[in-house]
Amino acid sequence: MSCIRQTASILAILAVSAGAAAARDQVQVAGSSTVLPYATIVAEIFGESAGFPTPVVESGGSSAGLKKFCEGVGENTVDIANASRRIKDSEIEACRAAGVADIIEVQFGYDGIVFASDIGGNAFAFTPADWYRGLAAQVIVDGKLVTNPATSWDQVNPDLPAQPIMAFIPGTKHGTREVFDLNVIERGCKDSGAEQALAALVGDDAAKTCTTLRTDGRAVEIDGDYTETLSRIDSNKEGIGVFGLSFYENNASKLQVATMNGVTPSTETIASGEYPVSRPLFFYVKKAHIGVIPGLKDYAELFVSDEIAGPGGPLAEYGLVPDPELAKAQAVVADETALD
Amino acid sequence: MSIPQQSLFASDPGTARRRAAEARFRAYGLGAVLVGVAALLLLLSSVLSSGLGAFWQTRIHIPVTLAGAALDPLGGRDPAAMRKVTTIAYGKVIEAALRDAIAQAGIELPLTDAEIAAMLSKEAPAQLRNKVLADPALVDGTIEVSLLANGRIDGYLKGRVTMDSAQLDRNVTPQQLLLADRMLARGMLSRDLNPGFLTAPDASDLRPEAAGLGVAILGSAYMMLIVLGLALPIGVASSIYLEEFAPRNRWTDLIEVNIANLAAVPSIVFGVLGLAIFINFAGLPQSAPIVGGLVLTLMTLPTIIIATRAALKSVPPSIRDAALGVGASRMQAVFHHVLPLAAPGILTGAIIGLAQALGETAPLLLIGMVAFVREFPAAPPEGFFDPAPALPAQIYNWTQRADPAFVERAWGAIIVLLGFLLVMNAAAILLRRRFERRW
Repeated sequence: MSCIRQTASILAILAVSAGAAAARDQVQVAGSSTVLPYATIVAEIFGESAGFPTPVVESGGSSAGLKKFCEGVGENTVDIANASRRIKDSEIEACRAAGVADIIEVQFGYDGIVFASDIGGNAFAFTPADWYRGLAAQVIVDGKLVTNPATSWDQVNPDLPAQPIMAFIPGTKHGTREVFDLNVIERGCKDSGAEQALAALVGDDAAKTCTTLRTDGRAVEIDGDYTETLSRIDSNKEGIGVFGLSFYENNASKLQVATMNGVTPSTETIASGEYPVSRPLFFYVKKAHIGVIPGLKDYAELFVSDEIAGPGGPLAEYGLVPDPELAKAQAVVADETALD
Repeated sequence: MSIPQQSLFASDPGTARRRAAEARFRAYGLGAVLVGVAALLLLLSSVLSSGLGAFWQTRIHIPVTLAGAALDPLGGRDPAAMRKVTTIAYGKVIEAALRDAIAQAGIELPLTDAEIAAMLSKEAPAQLRNKVLADPALVDGTIEVSLLANGRIDGYLKGRVTMDSAQLDRNVTPQQLLLADRMLARGMLSRDLNPGFLTAPDASDLRPEAAGLGVAILGSAYMMLIVLGLALPIGVASSIYLEEFAPRNRWTDLIEVNIANLAAVPSIVFGVLGLAIFINFAGLPQSAPIVGGLVLTLMTLPTIIIATRAALKSVPPSIRDAALGVGASRMQAVFHHVLPLAAPGILTGAIIGLAQALGETAPLLLIGMVAFVREFPAAPPEGFFDPAPALPAQIYNWTQRADPAFVERAWGAIIVLLGFLLVMNAAAILLRRRFERRW
């Protein structure tokens, strides 16, 4: 063991002395796997035409990306963190503690979250209330809080087909899950009037009871990505999965999408706000690196430019819902406006 | 004691039982082998059937007139000035050329300009741009070019996309597939070998047809160079010391036990270690082959040490005694006699260790080797510090993409990886067969 440890430290010393000579000339990006395809599309176009090397884009999740981003300032830290949610105050503090004082927040568009089932199966027209009634761990029956008895969709809403309840939802480590809990389950809890009834029954725990999902195998948490959800639906034709809009559109020949409140998800209905389940997408730029890492600002400017992130651009083509207020993002990048 | 009267030709019940047991055992053994072979065949056939398609790619062959006004507005044929012309201008040139070619061929289908343009890969303008920048004299001439077709058109020729699925697919229309049929009949479209799969860099989700393994293969090769350059000398030196020179005491026993333990440590642990020591403490760059190589070196060292010690042990003591007897020093005995005789075993161990390292993914996930990298790393040694993915990390990356075309490429990358492993293991077996001496 000691010989291994010795060699390891010798290796590290050797490597450091050699590494001192290398300087970084490309932008490094890390973060959300939802933003990853958009970031790679921009990186590819950037490398092709901007005269800078193609940025390196890593994925690994919003939280992991922001953690890496907040490690400090310098060539060995990433320049941009992609996130499918807004940065938390605790993360801003962690950043500041590590010397990352100025963070530029750029919101570049929206991501729709859709519910889809196998192409050969029944069509679904959901409301958030259906999802709440179908997936909540405990629901109110005859004034009493009982374990959710529903086993098929027609039991929660007679208009839905008589198909067993089997939902593949994102695991808790995904940013998508937060949106699902907030915009579908909590909304459904409110819409169905269950929240008020719960408040009377359990008091302050009402909100928590709302979003606690059943664990009897009818709501399956998927910790992997959408490809895993798709293969689950492939093998279980009665399942309904939660996907990103872009993933659904790339696999539209295998999946049929359900409507929510009667609205079919599309870039148009999400941009107009008619379709209720969507979330903003962000990337965060380290201001201290602008001017140090060549091409950093140019990359951010290209990302939010009208040709790329606007309607009809390559990002919209892939499934991004363009931000109606893109000009705001462009101004933020141009002025390098940092968060307070 | 009386011997039972019995015929020698008829077996007694005990013998019959023993023979039956043996027959049964043979059947079990054969069955086990057959199950193993069947599993292997199933695996290989599914890998090959899913992945071989990646080695062929659909291309569109059209004549393109390179108008100087659009591609070299300054007219000096100066590559530096022409670099300012972006792929958008080239895209327009290609789209016009494709429309002309379709009209020339007499294909009449109700297609919009956008639909015709979407027959081509988004990589096609970059292909043409690189070609023109490499040879500016082409401008103002007409050249025959083979451009990548869109991934869905490629999928149609490979059977992944059908008329039925195109009805439902937002990214392709049945009319485009009809156009592909007509172009195929006229030889404007064909499915050819795809060397780009092995040489081109990765591509974004909008261009699955252009994605290749070039950077990943280079990244893996760099890592293997580092592993070979570090693990082999360190491993062999420590084994020789432990086996030939070190005194047998509690300390060497402890070291021995720990090396054996280290060989069994899950590889992800080395990734955690690499992230903490090499990136966070030593400040080495993310996503670089140097870090991957160092981590894999740590992982491979125990394997090489154990194989080398076994090879040294198998050299009979009489060789050492004879060398010492004629007056050689212990170092001379080791380097002139023992080491050459043990070399085939050492090399075999090293190659098997390398093959293991080549296929390793888990530690790479933690040190940023799963990244989108399009720039080729420089030649070593600077290249060791440039970002590059590794082959298994690239496979992992591709399986997560939304476009189904990447699934085929992931399987294709598995074939490439299996090919490398097969060559390395075959080399190890060959070395052992040819040079190993038995006493």
